[in-house]
Amino acid sequence: MKKVTEGLKAVAESVALCRPDVISAYPITPQTHIVEELAQIVADGKLKCEFINVESEFSAASTVLGASAAGARAYTATSSQGLLLMMEVLYNMAGMRLPVVITDANRAVSAPINIWSDWQDAITVRDAGLIMMYAEDNQDCCDMHYQAFKIAEDPEVQLPVMVNMDGFILTHAFDPIDFPSQADIDKYLPKFKPLDFLSANNPRSFGLMGGPDRYLETRYAMAETFKSITPVILKAADDFKKMFGRYSGGMIEEYRMEDAETVLVSMGSTISDLKEAVDTMREKGKKIGVLKIRILRPYPAAEIKQALSRCKRVICVEKAISLGGPGILAAELKSAIYSNANKPEVSNFIIGLGGRDVKQDHIFELVEKAEKGVCETEFIGLDMKLVEEMDK
Amino acid sequence: MTTQTAENVKLFNSGHTACAGCGLALAARLVLQATGPKVIVVNATGCLEVFTTRSPQTAWGIPWIHSLFENQAAVATGVEAALRALGRGDEARVIAWGGDGASADIGFGGISGMWERYDDVLYICYDNEAYMNTGIQRSGLTPFKGHTSTSPAGKVSLGNMKQKKNIPAIAVAHGLPYVATATVAYPKDLERKVKKAMEVRGPRYLQILVPCPLGWGHATSDTISMSKLAVETGLNPLFEYIDGKLATAMTVKQKPVEEYLKPQSRFKHLFRDAAGAEQIKLIQEIANSNFAKFKVEAVK
Ligand SMILES: Cc1ncc(C[n+]2csc(CCOP(=O)(O)OP(=O)(O)O)c2C)c(N)n1
Ligand code: SF4
Ligand SMILES: [Mg+2]
Repeated sequence: MKKVTEGLKAVAESVALCRPDVISAYPITPQTHIVEELAQIVADGKLKCEFINVESEFSAASTVLGASAAGARAYTATSSQGLLLMMEVLYNMAGMRLPVVITDANRAVSAPINIWSDWQDAITVRDAGLIMMYAEDNQDCCDMHYQAFKIAEDPEVQLPVMVNMDGFILTHAFDPIDFPSQADIDKYLPKFKPLDFLSANNPRSFGLMGGPDRYLETRYAMAETFKSITPVILKAADDFKKMFGRYSGGMIEEYRMEDAETVLVSMGSTISDLKEAVDTMREKGKKIGVLKIRILRPYPAAEIKQALSRCKRVICVEKAISLGGPGILAAELKSAIYSNANKPEVSNFIIGLGGRDVKQDHIFELVEKAEKGVCETEFIGLDMKLVEEMDK
Repeated sequence: MTTQTAENVKLFNSGHTACAGCGLALAARLVLQATGPKVIVVNATGCLEVFTTRSPQTAWGIPWIHSLFENQAAVATGVEAALRALGRGDEARVIAWGGDGASADIGFGGISGMWERYDDVLYICYDNEAYMNTGIQRSGLTPFKGHTSTSPAGKVSLGNMKQKKNIPAIAVAHGLPYVATATVAYPKDLERKVKKAMEVRGPRYLQILVPCPLGWGHATSDTISMSKLAVETGLNPLFEYIDGKLATAMTVKQKPVEEYLKPQSRFKHLFRDAAGAEQIKLIQEIANSNFAKFKVEAVK
């Protein structure tokens, strides 16, 4: 059933369809409507679920960690400062192999405090052991949530999954959303059957200390799991398509790349901007395409290597920065394609931080710059007058 | 000391790596002896967690989880919520516990949140009066003038400047139906309080003083006598608050604080000169005011 819905409310409704047993989240812009809407859904008796109000994101993450360890399907959502406050818990949750689903409304990180969109928040937790999905639009985002629970709870996976949606650009956009029926979702996503959980009927200890004699092996086991997650992610999307008729999946997505000499690489809603610009440039005869990274963890290195095996030039368009370091997407991408015979040049640009509008002209500008020579972490869209003023 | 029944050996097994004379290990065993097996325990990082689990071994015979140093309360909330959501409410009661550092300092925000939510969780603070697991640093429950590695006695300092943070009073202020203090020298009292706490629904708080020979600097054979003296001097009064009212306070024959302070190397700087003697007077005043506050009849 299609219904014009705000992004956050659409996510809340999708999460409710997944029948979580325990929800705990804390308000922060631009995520707040998710926690409010879920609170209302529970208050209206539409979802039988323990909705727990807590005093911080740190406790929200800890609450869902505890719930998951006790065998419940658990969900939380956050953004920016809230995600950073959860950081310690997220590492712990992943290390304990707890299949919690988390939505992050991607937002800039303070200082200066800024409630608008970029990817800096989630990028800081990319090494924590979460599966990380990036939505291009709100339908994609809703479909990711149904799949996220399925992937997280797969006996071969047992890891938390984070669904990322760009703050405001997606969170506050109204789009027609196709919601599956409860009966169909119940079929697609049956009740959570944890492998192991806290129970007085089977007293076991969780979260033991692992000294130098065991820690390495524990981390190795996680690293190995990450190597085998891709088929589970792909299968979740295939099963979804069989049931609901639309494909929302893949580790990466290629757009107009058949004969592309130049490929723009990015994630999230920025992909829509890039596709539009590519259409314009194609009309003018430029052989250019877009590569979307849909899943950041596990990093789809093999898929990226293959997709970029014919082009001459790769341009990473990034909404986060490693201060004092290389472009984040670019660095990972370069290592993925290092042995490609075509040896494309790789440029990267920082764009749209803190909610700065990404204009079509900005995209044309960065392509032009990259064509003149390789660019490294170059900022696009700067107000140079303001930069000079700040210098003084 | 308690007698070991088959049951308590099963719930808290020996073979762990606590120091000799550790009051904390003793307290944990006494608590589980009182609760029985139908509990799920959430344990904060600290000595108890470290000396009872070293993967793949565990001393625990009850379902037990350790997550972080400061999230034990919220994890317990989640466990308790899950049991309710999954229709397993009768399976077990939830207990969260941590040291004085985890409870009075870094995890306190979460505990306050849990109390305010009125979750059905028994919270136990094992108070050994410092961060022992990391090498005896001060906490909010380190006693006045106690020496620790971060409140050291030195040429111009006589140890910890602050009095113990009054967590039981803060617990009462949260509207908890049951708040109590206990210590290992009085195992019957401790067990009674745990049992009483388990009869009550909602958030409950129990603070158990656990002597630590390593951190306090007393003989390993003096654990029980230190625990007893802490009560007898009035420095660690044993009481119960039920529904916000003082319900019981243990009556003792009052002893001068020196008897408690002297055998512990963490107070030895107070016995050197007149300046130290002045501080002992202040400590005696703290003890006296405790006696007055809890209407403990000091049997002369
Ligand atoms: C966030 C964080 N900060 C610091 C530590 C280091 N740390 C582990 S246990 C501990 C002290 C524990 O003290 P307490 O809670 O009193 O327990 P005890 O060991 O004394 O029983 C500290 C500082 C940590 N694990 N996590
Ligand atoms: S340091 Fe103290 S609390 Fe820790 S195990 Fe040793 S005696 Fe027990
Ligand atoms: Mg301590």
